[in-house]
Amino acid sequence: MAKWMSVAQVKEKIKEDSAEEVTARYLEVVGKSKINGYITVSEKALEQAKKIDSEGHEGPLAGVPIAIKDNISVVGLPNSCGSKILKGYIPPFNAHVIEKLLTAGAIILGKTNMDEFAMGSSTETSHFGPTANPWDLERVPGGSSGGSAAVVAAGEAPFALGSDTGGSVRCPAAFCGVVGLKPTYGAVSRYGVVAYANSLEQIGPLANNVTDIAVLMDVIAGYDRRDSTSIDSKVEYQKALVDDVEDLKIGVPKEFFGEGIHPNVEKAVWNTIHKYESLGATWEEVSMPHIKYALASYYIIAMSEASSNLARFDGTRYGFRESGENWHAMVSKTRAEGFGTEVKRRILLGTYALSAGYHDKYYLKALKVRTLVKQDFDKALSKVDLLMAPTMPNPAFKIGEKIEDPLTLYLSDVNTCPINLAGVPSISVPCGFTEGLPIGLQIMGKPFDEPTVLRAAYTFEQHTDYHTKRPPEVA
Amino acid sequence: MVYENPDGIRIGLEIHVQLNKLKTKMFCGCSSDYHNAAPNTHTCPVCLGLPGALPVLNKKAVEAAIKVGLALEGEIAEETQFHRKNYFYPDLPKGFQVTQYDYPIVGKGKVVIEGEDGEHVVGITRAHMEEDPGKLVHIGSIEKSKGVLIDYNRSGMPLIETVTEPDMRSPKEARRFLDKFRNILEYLDVFDGNLEGAMRVDANVSVYWGTRVEIKNISSHKGVERALLYEIMRQKNVIRRGGKITQETRHFDEGRGVTLSMRTKEEAEDYRYFREPDLMPMRVADWVPAVKETLPELPDAKRARFIEQYSITDMHARALTSKIMLADFYEGVCAKGVDPKIAATWTADVFLGELNYRDLAISSYDGKKIGFIHTKDPEIENSFKVSDMVELVTHFAEGKISDRAAVEVIRSILDGEEDKTPSQIIEEKGLFKAEDNLVTKAVAETIAENEAAVQDYLGGAEKSLNFLVGQVMKKTKGTADAKTARELILKELKG
Repeated sequence: MAKWMSVAQVKEKIKEDSAEEVTARYLEVVGKSKINGYITVSEKALEQAKKIDSEGHEGPLAGVPIAIKDNISVVGLPNSCGSKILKGYIPPFNAHVIEKLLTAGAIILGKTNMDEFAMGSSTETSHFGPTANPWDLERVPGGSSGGSAAVVAAGEAPFALGSDTGGSVRCPAAFCGVVGLKPTYGAVSRYGVVAYANSLEQIGPLANNVTDIAVLMDVIAGYDRRDSTSIDSKVEYQKALVDDVEDLKIGVPKEFFGEGIHPNVEKAVWNTIHKYESLGATWEEVSMPHIKYALASYYIIAMSEASSNLARFDGTRYGFRESGENWHAMVSKTRAEGFGTEVKRRILLGTYALSAGYHDKYYLKALKVRTLVKQDFDKALSKVDLLMAPTMPNPAFKIGEKIEDPLTLYLSDVNTCPINLAGVPSISVPCGFTEGLPIGLQIMGKPFDEPTVLRAAYTFEQHTDYHTKRPPEVA
Repeated sequence: MVYENPDGIRIGLEIHVQLNKLKTKMFCGCSSDYHNAAPNTHTCPVCLGLPGALPVLNKKAVEAAIKVGLALEGEIAEETQFHRKNYFYPDLPKGFQVTQYDYPIVGKGKVVIEGEDGEHVVGITRAHMEEDPGKLVHIGSIEKSKGVLIDYNRSGMPLIETVTEPDMRSPKEARRFLDKFRNILEYLDVFDGNLEGAMRVDANVSVYWGTRVEIKNISSHKGVERALLYEIMRQKNVIRRGGKITQETRHFDEGRGVTLSMRTKEEAEDYRYFREPDLMPMRVADWVPAVKETLPELPDAKRARFIEQYSITDMHARALTSKIMLADFYEGVCAKGVDPKIAATWTADVFLGELNYRDLAISSYDGKKIGFIHTKDPEIENSFKVSDMVELVTHFAEGKISDRAAVEVIRSILDGEEDKTPSQIIEEKGLFKAEDNLVTKAVAETIAENEAAVQDYLGGAEKSLNFLVGQVMKKTKGTADAKTARELILKELKG
């Protein structure tokens, strides 16, 4: 069995052999993993596959294994969020996307590693140790959905789910040379994903090709009455997979090519834009003057929301608990011991930004900037169909290289977080290599216009072979 | 007469009311009928605040809030939003409470109460929706309990918090406001005030138009009045001794009847409000016309109609409309064709008085009978039938029973004979008024049998007449009217 297979190939293989054999083969690869991509491997995966074999299943993903980021609730599997504080917590309910996947017949292989509570861009803040980048085991896979991107790149799952609050799907997709989509805010129900910053995040798929992204979106997207921010867009994702960019207007926002960008990244992205031109699209430079404030706005909003979201982890009802002489002491000790440094930093900064006397100066101002950033996107996307830019200004960095310098690490979200402020869809696709490390192109579209985003990504894939390259170290 | 408010008292209230008549909680589908349930059996991922669970707003709670707003003559917001109020407490499973902040659903309104000097307007500042936290349970008393248990059955119950202007000028007015407010809520059928924890009040009060002090979390109307009486006395004493009132929050100790300092303004908590990102801002202006259609007749309107329709006094109408279930009961009685004035007297004066005397609170009315529970022990339940009141009023109107007998019938029914009809009770106890010829016969016999007493009376001993009347009453087993007996004896003797 080939190590890297598309969903269509996996389904073919299931027909030839069985779901059980396919799942067993993936579990075998996972067992030999060099990347620490999974926090939990499901003990029920084989059993589920056997059931699919014996009872048959008509679902679009019958017997197809999938990896799930460890902040998305799956009944019976621990949901650690990469944190010590959720030790022993097993959700009694499935996330909406998990219900959808199970109905479609998918097999949950396991839960993947992540930055603690999705706070990071390198998967190094996980309580369970860092995940390695399959292209260079000394480098980070990106984050926070680093585990999900890495297992897909390493052939340990055909595809995976991550979550993207400020780039957490696209960043690891770019670093690991896979495809990752941050859907329009509201396209996928957040019910069951542990909130980091509710107003910014979406669950997003990661896969080895654009087609599988669309396959997965057709399963997980749609209205869910349990998420008041979810919307029924009625988008049919696979229908968008057309090899045609004729007359498509591409905008290139110069603000995304700022100081500190790696010259080979810049070159690869321009090559890609010229490739689109050769395929019949046109391009023009656009200006988005408020993008330079996006990072600051993003961090203030995300940390503020996080400071409130993470208040529930107090050791009272579930998860890790440190004993104390009274309730307040117990809560203090539990949180001191249970949260990692980066999480504490963000809770403190968020608490500060929301405090009386600072609320207007920071939080309110950040909201105003958010509106301006949104307006920049509206304006730019009124003139062009899509925006294209580097996903990450640089390729994957070394494990330990930036972790002591949070500000530098925050800066790596500079090109991804504006998209979350605006709520628009954005996909990262492999578009080149530098020193053997993948480079990602980011394609941004209008709200709920995933079809155009997917069409452009699909067309590029049809005419290039970056997505077929595999990391030699794990081959 | 104009009330001068000599001590410059200003009282404002913040009232938390549980919308406990709604079937489900504020943001999840859990049943709100948890009052007799085992702890933590009415919970789900949402109201337990499990990671990943999201709130979904209960539309009925919004409708109820609009109803309340309209009944308070309040402005209903065009658009409303929810915010998070962040603080740590074991009964708060998410570490924040979902509430409303700068976009409450109800804006300025008013309630007219019976004030110190007649009708008095109390301004409503705002009313907003929020969720109730869980409940801490101590084993035994707080002091002796070895641990604290948490029951999240209450967590996520829909609340409405109403804030008034500091328009009340005495503890009595505050109490009247609360009575009226509760009455309005019960008319709207969104609230059952008999359930535990259904209404909690924070009162702020100042004297001599000075600095206000807040008293937190008082659980009864009577408690509010007592807390305010104490607090006003305390503040006046502080000022008399040359001290100054500091802005602070105090706690009311129900047992000792005193208020105690909890925290000063400097220690005030910072709740770090921000908009709840999991709930979208909501346009409610379009809902208002439909909700308006469902508004019932409110207490003031009903009172005016009773006076008009049944020709009863304002005092009776006020008493009868002070509880929607009592008003419905009264109308149920009147619908059977009895004299509404007599029915009003027996319902508003006697029946209601006997209920209060027994600490019974009206808790239901189903068209046939009115039910009540003991205010201190809800296990004690009882009821009174419409048909019983109809029978009683009919007998009385026809002169078949005396005032005293009617009162006794009501008392008998309230004291455990609710299975018997008034006629049965009257029969058993021999309460029917004796017929006149029976009395005449008894008078004749008495005069014949008590020669000595007759002679005494005729000789000027007035006391002897009382003895003779007593003998007549004895012969008629008390069914004779004493006044009639006396008149008949005098007629016989004086010819």
